[in-house]
Amino acid sequence: MARQASPARVLTTTIAAWVVGFLIFFPILWMVLTSFKTELEAFSTPPSFLFFHWTTENYATVQGRSDYVHHAINSIVIAGGSTLIAMLIAIPAAWSMAFAPSPRTRDILLWMLSTKMMPPVGVLVPIYLIYRNFGLLDSRVGLVAVLCLGNLPIVVWMLFTYFKEIPKDILEAARMDGATIGKELVYVLTPMAVPGIASTLLLNFILAWNEAFWTLNLSTSQAAPLTVFIASYSSPEGLFWAKLSAASTLAIAPILVLGWFSQRQLVRGLTFGAVK
Amino acid sequence: MGRITLEGVRKSFASHLIIKGADLDIDDGSFVVFVGPSGCGKTTLLRLIAGLEDVSEGRILIDGANVVGVPPSKRGLSMVFQSYALYPHMSVRGNIAFGLKMAGLPKAEIDRKVEAAAATLNLTPYLDRKPRELSGGQRQRVAIGRAIVREPKAFLFDEPLSNLDAALRVQMRLEVTRLQRQLGTTAVYVTHDQVEAMTMADRIVVLNAGRIEQYGSPLELYERPANIFVAGFIGSPRMNFIADEAARRYGAATIGVRPEHIKASRDGEGWEGLVTDAEHLGSDTFLHVDIAGIGNLTARSIGEIGLSAGDRARLLPDPAHIHRFDENGKALHA
Repeated sequence: MARQASPARVLTTTIAAWVVGFLIFFPILWMVLTSFKTELEAFSTPPSFLFFHWTTENYATVQGRSDYVHHAINSIVIAGGSTLIAMLIAIPAAWSMAFAPSPRTRDILLWMLSTKMMPPVGVLVPIYLIYRNFGLLDSRVGLVAVLCLGNLPIVVWMLFTYFKEIPKDILEAARMDGATIGKELVYVLTPMAVPGIASTLLLNFILAWNEAFWTLNLSTSQAAPLTVFIASYSSPEGLFWAKLSAASTLAIAPILVLGWFSQRQLVRGLTFGAVK
Repeated sequence: MGRITLEGVRKSFASHLIIKGADLDIDDGSFVVFVGPSGCGKTTLLRLIAGLEDVSEGRILIDGANVVGVPPSKRGLSMVFQSYALYPHMSVRGNIAFGLKMAGLPKAEIDRKVEAAAATLNLTPYLDRKPRELSGGQRQRVAIGRAIVREPKAFLFDEPLSNLDAALRVQMRLEVTRLQRQLGTTAVYVTHDQVEAMTMADRIVVLNAGRIEQYGSPLELYERPANIFVAGFIGSPRMNFIADEAARRYGAATIGVRPEHIKASRDGEGWEGLVTDAEHLGSDTFLHVDIAGIGNLTARSIGEIGLSAGDRARLLPDPAHIHRFDENGKALHA
């Protein structure tokens, strides 16, 4: 680890990292730039990069045409609700898998993960029909339920990986100290796993916020989150790139801010136990 | 009170039998050490008493009540782990107080008991530190503090000193025994170190391959080992075993003589052989002597006796201290 890299090597890797970073970031940057263009400039060739007529007119139009706040609140409720419920189910589940495994635990974990391999469209029709019959279409409850179930395997897996790193001895010590399983979870395991739980929470929140398939198919207006808000700007009358960009920028802004402030936690979460 | 009784306890993991039937009676207030080579089942036996593992067969009684099926939290025992297993997110105070908090004691009483335990263990200045800010010895004390503060029926120690350096280990050994005597609480202590076993125990349980080989006081084990395994395990350096011709003369399949019961001299009586190695400790000399027809024997002499590697020496076993064993390794008593 103490190996010294030569300055030239540092320079090339730094440049390469910035190039890759810029490539990944470019679509978002382009979207933000486009949201400040006029519709005409938005698809002019050659595209103008910075020297165009900057305008906030798209934002005004978007605000005027649809209710951003309504969709944003739906997004918060759906992403937040599904994440919290998933955590409540996943913490005890991951605890039992990590600390009281049965011979089938491994299979159950893999089975849970395998549900993520099926394209969601495969179950769209049955779920749509169930939702229709139970009156769950276009309801926040319905979306919370479907997103919670959809993300549960990932949440359980992530928490399981974190919990496995916690020495069993400490939980046994709590048990010897007279803690019941519930108290052991609340006073010992959860506080020790806070970094892991926090990054799982964040990642799941972002996944739920960005989820488009189910939210687009199961909601129209009442419960529609920001994904539907964006999609409403790609309409049959034609694409309005600038307005679509403005709507998208508005939709991702909250999560971008959240992500910015929690990037350390997120990196930890995504690299699991690899980074200490 | 803290009398622990094991009746026909067996434990298997999958189809593997780890504890092959243990019967044991641990008196209230006594200090009992489980000792044996690694993999002998001593830690498993301790965890069965703690309730951290379920017995496959048999009964465990604490003060006469069967505790099989009772969760560890309800057995009224406390345990000190090899890794200390302190709660890393709590201060020393929080660690020691945790058990009392779980028992639902009033805050004032918790504080009083924690302060008292901390004072006993010289931890008062560290009460508000986190475990990661403590040295190994201090962590060990916190783990002990956590165990004593609850005034349990018995302490269970799982190789608690094995992570400490040698000097600290000797000191903590004394402290633990002193503390146990002062509190008068039953203690069950697991170790693989026979010196710890001999110095700390009122009674020792020697385990081998999931079986109790012998249960007795340290001196009983030293003077009257029940079989070859115990004879070889207790005592350092190890007992010398001599089979065949020389043993038959004593009417046994194997005889054993401890190094300290062999008198070595340059030209006295006894078996003659070549000194292959001589370890001079100042206080003692260990001589390894090759004797034709018998094998390599170790003899221990007090101080220096002027023999070194390459010399010829004569070894004379003390007839009063010859242990005789039958062909199954069982001790034969005259």
